Amino acid sequence: MEEVPHDCPGVGSAQAGRGASCQGCPNQGLCASGAGAAPDPAIEEIKEKMKTVKHKILVLSGKGGVGKSTFSAHLAHGLAEDENTQVALLDIDICGPSIPKIMGLEGEQVHQSGSGWSPVFLEDNLGVMSVGFLLSSPDDAVIWRGPKKNGMIKQFLRDVDWGEVDYLIVDTPPGTSDEHLSAVQYLAAAHIDGAVIITTPQEVSLQDVRKEINFCHKVKLPIIGVVENMSGFICPKCQKESQIFPPTTGGAEVMCQGLKVPLLGKVPLDPRIGKSCDKGQSFLVEAPDSPATLAYRSIIQRIQEFCSLRQPKGENLVGS
Amino acid sequence: MLRVQGKAVHQCDSGWVPVFVDQEQSISLMSVGFLLEKPDEAVVWRGPKKNALIKQFVSDVAWGQLDYLVVDTPPGTSDEHMAVVDAMRPYSPLGALVVTTPQAVSVGDVRRELTFCKKVGLRVIGVVENMSGFVCPHCAECTNVFSRGGGEELARHAGVPFLGSVPLDPTLTRSLEEGRDFIRGFPKSPAFPALSCIAQKILNEAPVGLS
Repeated sequence: MEEVPHDCPGVGSAQAGRGASCQGCPNQGLCASGAGAAPDPAIEEIKEKMKTVKHKILVLSGKGGVGKSTFSAHLAHGLAEDENTQVALLDIDICGPSIPKIMGLEGEQVHQSGSGWSPVFLEDNLGVMSVGFLLSSPDDAVIWRGPKKNGMIKQFLRDVDWGEVDYLIVDTPPGTSDEHLSAVQYLAAAHIDGAVIITTPQEVSLQDVRKEINFCHKVKLPIIGVVENMSGFICPKCQKESQIFPPTTGGAEVMCQGLKVPLLGKVPLDPRIGKSCDKGQSFLVEAPDSPATLAYRSIIQRIQEFCSLRQPKGENLVGS
Repeated sequence: MLRVQGKAVHQCDSGWVPVFVDQEQSISLMSVGFLLEKPDEAVVWRGPKKNALIKQFVSDVAWGQLDYLVVDTPPGTSDEHMAVVDAMRPYSPLGALVVTTPQAVSVGDVRRELTFCKKVGLRVIGVVENMSGFVCPHCAECTNVFSRGGGEELARHAGVPFLGSVPLDPTLTRSLEEGRDFIRGFPKSPAFPALSCIAQKILNEAPVGLS
């Protein structure tokens, strides 16, 4: 798809090709003919590609800064600790691709092969893809509008040679916009196991999680559960607990009870998490005794249990 | 955060009326939050629709006489950011305040934000390092929960002013949860001096009354 005009009404909309801003757009004829409203052939191509991917998990958050990418990375690390489990981590935060840094893969490049783009392998069983690998400098900004971001996501899903994968984890930017719609739409025929939603305990964060949950319902995306991050802080000196982000309305626990969504676990704040991510190391390995590591491991296990109840081809053994 | 959830936006002859958050009517607010039927409604819009609303927020809201218009943006360098820069350009914005947390992972993304500002010709007023250390209320030990130093380092690397660090402060978080006026209510709280100092620096940039 060529660059679209500033006020593109959207290729699927009723105004496609007919709106005032369509004048002069190279795709005007295509949209006006109704061709844009036809299903994107990439959806079928992606369905084929995803046949070698058993489980697909989207990691979402309503708000920025709640630890979504940190969680996605450690979910990948945790699953890949079993060398017989093939894990793939796809970063679709096009403007803020932090996964390469968190995984210690900054500066790596993506290679082309006959079967498509090769992900960057951290371990034999852990492959990563991010727009970060396509940028030449850490200062490069990706100043793209929605349609171009969508195109990139399509390419990531269709053209990356993931190979045989047990778990594909998709890390997203915060919100409910282009990237999320595209991921859901392009994976529509390939069946996503579900979404994990990350929050922090305060109401200001939970408000956005409720919207995220509604988004999941709207697009019929199953919810694996909610993770409450930054849930309490133990002072390294006096060992007393403080609530840096107070759960003034009961935190994720109360919200999950009310909305009948599973609470997968609560991860306390440990300053070593940030340090591990900055160094590109797995926190689970760096701080195996931390209460945060124990929380992560328990959450990862629950996610595996959820996925194992779903057949790879999308049929449920147990009603969802 | 400003305790005006659920308020409605009204129309007047000169456009949409922003919502006042205080008795003195010194702070007014416009947000898509006011346009939702239900607070938990998800706004599942692609770029073009978001751009259109942002344009309307700038051109169709009857802001009246203002000393400062502060625009809060989502993370990233995409539709919303381009839309608001385009819409505000005719009004010569003072510039951008760029907020980061101290860790390298955050700074890694914010570097790109600074590049965005440069590319679109938006002056950077300065960098603020948020969540910069936590003072334990029990023993007063300061822990760098999200590492330290990244904000200052970033400002230096990019050649822009470093405006200051704001520590993690549960009183501030709680105030925002309850929509209370933190500045008036908790002047002795750890975050207050930092926030005051940063605000003062911005006021010094463009004293009110000079255009």
